[in-house]
Amino acid sequence: MSEYAMLIDYEYCSGCKTCEIACNQEYNREAGKLGGVEVQEFIHFLQSGRLYITNIPHFTKACVFCAGRVKKGLTPACVQHCMANVLVFDTLENLKDKIPENRKALLWTKG
Amino acid sequence: MKNDGVKIIKTTTWSPGPGCHGGCGILVHVKDDKVIKVEGDPDHPWNQGRLCSRCLSMTQYMYHKDRLTKPLKRVGERGQGKFEPISWDEAFDLIEKKMKQIRQDHGPESMIFHQGTGRDIGGWISMLAYAYGSPNWMFGLSGISCYTPRLMMMSITQGDFAVVDAAQWHEKRYDDPEYEIPETVTIWGQNLPATCPDGFFGHWYVDLMKRGTRLMVIDPRCTWIASRAKLWLQLRPGTDAALALGFIHVMIKENLVNMTFIEKWTNAPFLVRTDTPEPILLRETDLAPSGKSTNFVAHDPVSNEFVIWDSDNQTYSRKDTTPSMDGEFTISLTDGTRIPVKTVWRMYKENVEEYTPQKVSRITWVPEDKIVQGARMYAKSSPSALHWGLPIDTIPSTIPTSQAVNHLWCLSGNLDNPGGNAIARYAYDVVTYPYHSGGSILSLPPEVAEKRIGINDYGPIKDFRAWAQPDKVLEQIFTKKPYEIKGMWIQTANPLACTGMEPQKWHKAIKQLDFTVCVDLFMTPTAMLCDVILPAATFLEKDSLKAWWVPLQAIKKVVEVDECKSDIEINLELSKRFMKDFPYDNTRDLFDSLLKSAGITYQQLCDNTWMIPPKGHSSRPYYRHEKGLLRADGKPGFRTPSGKIELFSSWLEKWQLAPMPYHEEPPYSPVSTPDLFKEYPLILTTGRRMGPFFHSEHRQIPWLRAQQKEPVLEIHPDTAQKYGITHGQKVCVENWLGKITVKALVTPVIHPDIVMAEHGWWFPEKEGAEPSLFGVWDVNVNQLIPMGHEGKGGLGSPIKSMLCKVYKAKG
Ligand code: SF4
Ligand code: SF4
Ligand code: SF4
Repeated sequence: MSEYAMLIDYEYCSGCKTCEIACNQEYNREAGKLGGVEVQEFIHFLQSGRLYITNIPHFTKACVFCAGRVKKGLTPACVQHCMANVLVFDTLENLKDKIPENRKALLWTKG
Repeated sequence: MKNDGVKIIKTTTWSPGPGCHGGCGILVHVKDDKVIKVEGDPDHPWNQGRLCSRCLSMTQYMYHKDRLTKPLKRVGERGQGKFEPISWDEAFDLIEKKMKQIRQDHGPESMIFHQGTGRDIGGWISMLAYAYGSPNWMFGLSGISCYTPRLMMMSITQGDFAVVDAAQWHEKRYDDPEYEIPETVTIWGQNLPATCPDGFFGHWYVDLMKRGTRLMVIDPRCTWIASRAKLWLQLRPGTDAALALGFIHVMIKENLVNMTFIEKWTNAPFLVRTDTPEPILLRETDLAPSGKSTNFVAHDPVSNEFVIWDSDNQTYSRKDTTPSMDGEFTISLTDGTRIPVKTVWRMYKENVEEYTPQKVSRITWVPEDKIVQGARMYAKSSPSALHWGLPIDTIPSTIPTSQAVNHLWCLSGNLDNPGGNAIARYAYDVVTYPYHSGGSILSLPPEVAEKRIGINDYGPIKDFRAWAQPDKVLEQIFTKKPYEIKGMWIQTANPLACTGMEPQKWHKAIKQLDFTVCVDLFMTPTAMLCDVILPAATFLEKDSLKAWWVPLQAIKKVVEVDECKSDIEINLELSKRFMKDFPYDNTRDLFDSLLKSAGITYQQLCDNTWMIPPKGHSSRPYYRHEKGLLRADGKPGFRTPSGKIELFSSWLEKWQLAPMPYHEEPPYSPVSTPDLFKEYPLILTTGRRMGPFFHSEHRQIPWLRAQQKEPVLEIHPDTAQKYGITHGQKVCVENWLGKITVKALVTPVIHPDIVMAEHGWWFPEKEGAEPSLFGVWDVNVNQLIPMGHEGKGGLGSPIKSMLCKVYKAKG
């Protein structure tokens, strides 16, 4: 099982949207066109009444998991530049050991 | 070079280009002399491979169709937008002729050298100003309300600047065995992940959180980082001093201060005269005519005698004394009069007595229990680090405010300790951005330096920073007193859209001058008004260097873009024309000379790209006050007049300002102007940070602009409902000074009684010629903020604590 996937430790995602631009640069994409990743903000009130902001990078149809870069032994552009280091790209097998213990995380598969 | 013809060059950043205060290490991909990609350098300790949106957009920035690529000369009326390209020779000749004429007819001081926010310009613009002979080098933000007040206050309190230690002095960063992860970081007024703080990488706090650091966030808004904090204190804008004093009150009451540190390193034991109208430090000269006014007095409890603190020798006259910390005494002066004195510590405690959690809660809107919790969380953590932001500067009472916050790390002993607030110096003492005229590349004769605007009005302006006071400059342009201002050199600044409060006045001022030059990368509302416009290079098109604070690093010229020239080369060429024996032939000579204290040449720096001072160097932590690494004489202690951390400040005393911190209401607030508040019932705060943009820059960069198309006003859902405003609607924000129209961002992150606006907006895609000026007047929130409200020391202004009303825009 050497399928690649993206583990998103989103509790630490600051919502800076650097990943979006990293992808745009990598694919020299025209501004405004659908990029490989789009960050969504959620503002929730917790049961305690406290405000809680969650940012989730959503990988779109346009994401190719940086196949070209990966072939060259590089990490995907968004993964390298993520300001909070919350994107982990690896094989599904390896990712199992990288799932954070005490918080929720997302696993994005290539499909 | 790889076989695809792509060269990869390792360099580092500093404005212009990303705009930001920089520091990141990058790998630039170049093909056929063109930058095709910019990536983070995984080997650089600062960013460790990461890179934010602005540097990742450099290709769109450098090769933008609207970039200024040739010098321009105005041919139409000012503001009409009619320019024609000229050669560099023509531009230099024209500037030389015009500026020499002004110098001859009106004196060099009638030219203002106007810069924008920090970054790399300080050294080069002061060089040009001084080569020309003008003392009027200026940053145009009212009250110089950006970091300077905090830097000033840190300098006079502990002799040096201090910043959070996020392991930036270690190549291995958090893994260095000398480093300790802060137990708590208090983030006071900054939305770090969205900002570009000076000398700091905002996401270091995420690194620290992952390693166990808890956060306390003090902010009127619940930003993402505030929502992740263990404790979030939602304070009223402009009341930061009260909150800090409330913390200090609790820390002293609950015995959470570090008495060993305070006794040893601060001037807490010094005696203060209370017979004078204002309390002042007792000096040796008060006791003996032969004494020195720089020596202070303390009380020895064992002998019940008074001892002299010798500031030169850093010793007490009785070597084995442990002076009294707390007490009141009577002492005889030279003439025999007996006067009452108290220790600084006693006075200090009395001074904070009134700031009970109850009172502070009333002032700040922060609940009492949270004030107590916050004080405990800060003081009980070890190490505990405190990061402060711009709101500390953007109030007229910035001096007591920054003093109070600075005292927190002094009272808890979190100074120059691993994981606390480390003393930050220019790496290897290389000055790329001078503060005092002493640190600048050239110096001015005293009779010229004396003409600097504001120097006679304000002590801190005279003694601390070599800038002209901007509120006074603007005033002087109109009053023409004591002398006329005739011209302005504007570089890295856009006062019409960004740094100018009451930009209407700056607009008028700039237009009425005889000669103005603007150096920039794009046409801006400000450049539109100028006579000559010079196209500047980005950081990838110039050689430069940086030491703010660490590492010392090289910025390398990677490519050229059309005729753009580096700020340094522009200023060097003109400096040669203005000054007969200008000492540097070219930028290499200049850099080599700046690098003397590092013992290397610019070429060697380029070979290394970046360098961190070795352990034991005075520009690297820790505990340098103990090791005698801070003072010129090599003695333990600090670089202050007494050598101690001055909780009761002798500098403030000298400037006739209150020597200890206090709270002062913002000039416009529900408390100070209740009548005005009835008409303008919302507190207007500004400067909401936007990830893709740096201040007024980047609005023309397609990838970045796609992330945010237009300016917004944050407004709470309850407030929005009250005024019938819905999310996304256009709203007018108005007060007695002006009005703007922006989009409502209805969000619970903001307090219901506060609205948060964005600064720096203009629309590069709109009509540039007057009256439009790229639509700046529709959206520039500074139109609602006054000039001339600088604080008592000439520093601070009410930028983040104004009043306004908000209503639905018509149509
Ligand atoms: S993995 Fe590659 S293609 Fe996918 S979003 Fe990240 S940068 Fe874009
Ligand atoms: S770069 Fe990282 S931290 Fe920033 S929005 Fe994207 S995933 Fe989140
Ligand atoms: S913080 Fe961002 S803009 Fe600033 S130097 Fe680093 S990557 Fe560039």
